[in-house]
Amino acid sequence: MSTATIDVHEVPTGSRVNYLNAQYGVKSWLLTTDHKRIALLYLASITLMFFVGGFFAVLMRLHLIEPQGALVQPETYNKLFTMHGVIMVFFFLVPSIPATLGNFLVPMMIGARDLAFPKLNLLSWYIYVIGAIFTLYAVISGGVDTGWTFYTPYSSSFSHTSVVPTALGVFITGFSSILTGLNFVVTIHKMRAPGLTWFRLPLFIWAIYATSIIFILGTPVIAITLFLLFLERVLHIGIFDPAIGGDPILFQHLFWFYSHPAVYIMILPGMGVMSELITCFSRKRIFGYSFVAFSSLAIAIISFLVWGHHMFVTGQSIYAGLIFSVLSFMVAIPSAVKVFNWTATLYKGSISYDAPMLYALGFIGLFTMGGLTGLFLASLATDVHLNGTYFIVAHFHYIMVGGAVMAYLGGIHFWWPKITGRLYPDGWARFAALVIFVGFNLTFFPQFMLGYLGMPRRYAVYPSEFQVLNVMSSAGASILGIGYLIPLIYLIWSMRYGPTAGPNPWGAKGLEWTTPSPPPTENFEEIPVVTEEAYDYAHSTVIRG
Amino acid sequence: MAIHHAHPPGFAHQFEDMQQQREAGSLGMWVFLLTEMMFFGGLFATYIVYRALYLPSFEIGSHLLEVRFGALNTAVLIGSSLTMALAIHSAQIGKRGAQVGFLITTMILGAAFLFIKFTFEWRHDYVEHLVPGFGFAIRPEWGAPGAHVPMFFCFYFFMTGLHALHMIIGIGILAVLTVMAHRGRFTPQYYSPLEVSGLYWHFVDIVWIFLFPLLYLIGGRYLRGGH
Ligand code: HEM
Ligand SMILES: [Cu+2]
Repeated sequence: MSTATIDVHEVPTGSRVNYLNAQYGVKSWLLTTDHKRIALLYLASITLMFFVGGFFAVLMRLHLIEPQGALVQPETYNKLFTMHGVIMVFFFLVPSIPATLGNFLVPMMIGARDLAFPKLNLLSWYIYVIGAIFTLYAVISGGVDTGWTFYTPYSSSFSHTSVVPTALGVFITGFSSILTGLNFVVTIHKMRAPGLTWFRLPLFIWAIYATSIIFILGTPVIAITLFLLFLERVLHIGIFDPAIGGDPILFQHLFWFYSHPAVYIMILPGMGVMSELITCFSRKRIFGYSFVAFSSLAIAIISFLVWGHHMFVTGQSIYAGLIFSVLSFMVAIPSAVKVFNWTATLYKGSISYDAPMLYALGFIGLFTMGGLTGLFLASLATDVHLNGTYFIVAHFHYIMVGGAVMAYLGGIHFWWPKITGRLYPDGWARFAALVIFVGFNLTFFPQFMLGYLGMPRRYAVYPSEFQVLNVMSSAGASILGIGYLIPLIYLIWSMRYGPTAGPNPWGAKGLEWTTPSPPPTENFEEIPVVTEEAYDYAHSTVIRG
Repeated sequence: MAIHHAHPPGFAHQFEDMQQQREAGSLGMWVFLLTEMMFFGGLFATYIVYRALYLPSFEIGSHLLEVRFGALNTAVLIGSSLTMALAIHSAQIGKRGAQVGFLITTMILGAAFLFIKFTFEWRHDYVEHLVPGFGFAIRPEWGAPGAHVPMFFCFYFFMTGLHALHMIIGIGILAVLTVMAHRGRFTPQYYSPLEVSGLYWHFVDIVWIFLFPLLYLIGGRYLRGGH
């Protein structure tokens, strides 16, 4: 994107000062204000949480191999799905791409030396960790069984588990998201390199910007809601609990006012990653730049208006239901715009199937499935049948795991050479992508069928005619689990033993690729001047390797 | 970075120049206030929903508050916003002594607000057994319509408590600023910490301007001539 060409040929990683070797020691990491190092702190912590959450999922799927339940008591099963949901949503998926890739890339992509508020950035990591500690404490001290949605009155008078520390943990991490979002908004507004106009920005930046808006406007509402829940439990004053005069439906309204937009917090950054991957590996400029850019903003705005579609059968007027249904259909439009534009970008491109691209192609298929089944749920009549069944579970896993996690892994594989300066074994990476794709579909496609046939979610036992599909799903889950372990192993391996990557192994456009790998602490020797649009692969002189 | 120019005091390395830094600081505060708005907004919305549902209880609760303390505090806070603005103005025209003076006055007014709130109002409520969780006593004269008075007080304490927490943080910030001002850190060219903190202070003030009528005044006392 910039006119400055690269003259940092294969300098061995060890001999040049970069952000990784500029300082050593635990303290230099725990007190760093370098956005790149903070990204790595986040990467390590969310990876840990991912495997903790994954562990509970494995136990659930093992349990469901038998109709009567193979492993645990029903009460324990309730705790398993709750802790899985809470950890995966609030401690893995919400921070995943923004806090790792976003932190690393936002300044680099816009030609800045750091985020606007580096200390705040570090603070947000500590807040995340404190929140995570509260929640892990809840796990150890007996677990929680309310479901990740904390619906009252389950969470107020009926549950005798560690609701308070869990809710506090989620409350606290919320502030980490808010600070991250604030930092991104200010940085993107104020710190773009000369010549980098809004419409020259990489689409990843637009996506992160839209996500940040949701962080800023949505997260405080869930924070206040959880705090009220906390007060209710501690002081025994009715706020949401009907037994003591509260209104449980109001809790659901407030919860989904944040949590529906939050599902877009989880997917929008993935969509941003997608635009980078698709263009690079088909070597074309994006089809319809401004449509893709504005669809991110449209999603962020409309997503605040559709929360009622989670409450079609929970005492909401039929007229409200109708309006929420129509608005939900509308939010599908900008999502579909993106899918069409990526597909159109592929058309007549010179496509190469490197590992990141395999994840990207997987995303297109799986996200489309997830989005289309969302329309089934947004239609009042079909939702009455499908609500509360495994169909829901399949729907959101197709989007959150098939979409967001695929994009996250694709992004990690794409920028790994930049982050670490090393290449990972390509064969293994492609193999893992295929294993994940197969494992994912085997796990979750049967759940669509189960839900359609009427199997409810969140039960520890089921009628025996559902066993075949459940066993298929559990088998898929074990394949998926292995698929996630493979990258963990070879990526860690590559940090030490991988071949040196060079500044731009994919021949990609974008300011981040004009720096050496790993970049120096200040990112750019001199702030670059941008003279071209994003993804100008047609006039590219950069070659791979 | 090879060449480093001599930078003005307070300059942070990630920025290109002082102007960029100033703009980033004030945009950051505005964005933060947006978050705060949604934070209090969620709370206000919940309050309004319950007020509509349980109007009689909320009216009874509202009558039990001491309007004179609330009104006095409103005046104190508005005064503090004025002195805050004057502190910034003195920085703009480069008067160090006035800056420090106005900052200290602002702090004193903030502290006065908290003093009135805690030692008069909250203590009074405690003596009257109106604090949920701490010996709240339902009074027989409220009857059936008063079933939700505890909920009103729960909101009252939560909302004013959250506001007071913001005040305490604000006073802490002011203390730091006072020290900085005393050391002559602010000049007509560089005073953005003052400006940004001023935004925060005014915001906390505005929250109170909403809280006061919502909690104290719209109990129906004046609209319907009292009981
Ligand atoms: C194409 C746009 C989408 C539409 C029209 C849509 C529609 C819906 C509807 C109507 C429900 C509620 C079903 C019910 O409770 O009966 C639902 C549930 C859900 N959706 Fe979507 N959705 C869309 C995209 C997404 C995205 C992008 C994500 C996440 C990244 C997502 C995650 C979820 C989750 C987590 C639930 C279940 C919540 C729960 O009850 O635990 N959806 N969706
Ligand atoms: Cu939704």
